Amino acid sequence: MDMALEVAVAAIKIFIVLNVVQLVAAYLTYTERKVIAHAQMRLGPMRVGWHGLLQPIADGLKLFLKEDIIPDKADRIVFVLAPIMVLVPAFVVYSVLPFSATFYITQVNIGLFFILAISSLGVFGIVMAGWASNSKYSLLGALRSAAQMLSYEIFLGFSVIGPLMLAGTLNMQGIVHAQSDVWFVFYQPIAFIVFFVAALAETNRVPFDLPEAETELVAGYHTEYSGMKFAFFFLAEYANIVVVSTVGITLFFGGWDGPDFIPLPGFVWYVLKLAVMIFVFIWLRATLPRYRYDQLMRVGWKFMFPLVMFNIFLTGFLKYLFL
Amino acid sequence: MELYFFYLFGGGMIITSLLMITRANVIHAALLLVLTFFFLSGIFVLAGAEFLAAVQILLYAGGIMVLYLFSIMLMNVEVAVRMRQWHRQGIMVLVAAVLLGLEIWAVMGDVEFAAPKQWGWSIGATPGNVEALGAVLYTKFLFPFEVASILLLAAMIGAIVLAKRTIDR
Repeated sequence: MDMALEVAVAAIKIFIVLNVVQLVAAYLTYTERKVIAHAQMRLGPMRVGWHGLLQPIADGLKLFLKEDIIPDKADRIVFVLAPIMVLVPAFVVYSVLPFSATFYITQVNIGLFFILAISSLGVFGIVMAGWASNSKYSLLGALRSAAQMLSYEIFLGFSVIGPLMLAGTLNMQGIVHAQSDVWFVFYQPIAFIVFFVAALAETNRVPFDLPEAETELVAGYHTEYSGMKFAFFFLAEYANIVVVSTVGITLFFGGWDGPDFIPLPGFVWYVLKLAVMIFVFIWLRATLPRYRYDQLMRVGWKFMFPLVMFNIFLTGFLKYLFL
Repeated sequence: MELYFFYLFGGGMIITSLLMITRANVIHAALLLVLTFFFLSGIFVLAGAEFLAAVQILLYAGGIMVLYLFSIMLMNVEVAVRMRQWHRQGIMVLVAAVLLGLEIWAVMGDVEFAAPKQWGWSIGATPGNVEALGAVLYTKFLFPFEVASILLLAAMIGAIVLAKRTIDR
């Protein structure tokens, strides 16, 4: 009976999180359009609802009703599986994210490692999509994306080691509790910079959005996709932005924990921090130009990699001396 | 409960690996191999080695297989599919399989397989799976660990030297 209850509670939580994340991902597209529009002295979507607030719903409806095209020469099974393979890891990761002290789906000992492992699978969907479309543009986009995500996954993985050495646990709640006095961003500024850049690259955001460079690749790996399948790629992208932002907040900014002198519930702190983080993501898109491909790889391997290695060494050294 | 999951994962592994070696299309074979890795990591979780399960997915599925796909995608799969898939060595394979089966039977014949919970090699007896692994790795198995790192370093340097030579030429 206990087990049935546990399963039921977990199922309800999963249901809530899945739906909220979908809604948030849809509204992130609206936020992005609005923020960029205002950065460029435009108004952005204004027609549907008050200040275009119903725009994402109209967009979703449009995508839902669109004709679902599968190219003749495409590999049908892989073509259909690819968007699913992108979306599922993006959502599975939410099972271990700490939204507040009490609201989370589950806690595992290898929390952060689980996130890294599952989110590394997203690249499969992209590679599958690029190959199955049987189009040169898609394939090129997929190849770029795979190379970029593989490289930057390494820096992402290494940049979390510094904070982990301080926290002494992989459990996401444990990491938050370890920062009740000082946020790790003050101890680990180098790690945070590397993490943030790697997160931008992992989510294919400007200035690392080469896999989707419209100007040269039409759209990249999802050129041949339409309708709901295309929406899947978009949903996954925004869901991933929320994931990396949450991981960043948890590792460097104390997660749902806020300063004691402002009594706000944990969840509110989490949402506030998430909003700031995502705003920076969008702000960068409005500001920066795109990297060239060789520059992207050079920045990664010749600058970020030694930097993050140095950070691990430094953290270990200082920890040995002072703690 | 664990036993059902074990059969689910084990059966899944057998089916996906059989499918993998019978596919003519290499990309499909590679994707099925990824599925096999998933089932394997499920078995690791059942054995209480959750860290190993995550490593399995992160390195094999998320790292190595992506590189495989990466290189496979660059070759012409349509030509490869039309090529002959079998080498008419059925009898040889049969003999080898029977011999291997006999060998496995001779070595493992009297081993009793316990349900996953009773497997002795579970690393995760205590909640601190990662801590336990780290402690063992840096105390009891420090020497093999260091040897493995040096081996990997040598392999890395070797790969760079080989790649560089072809570029210079």
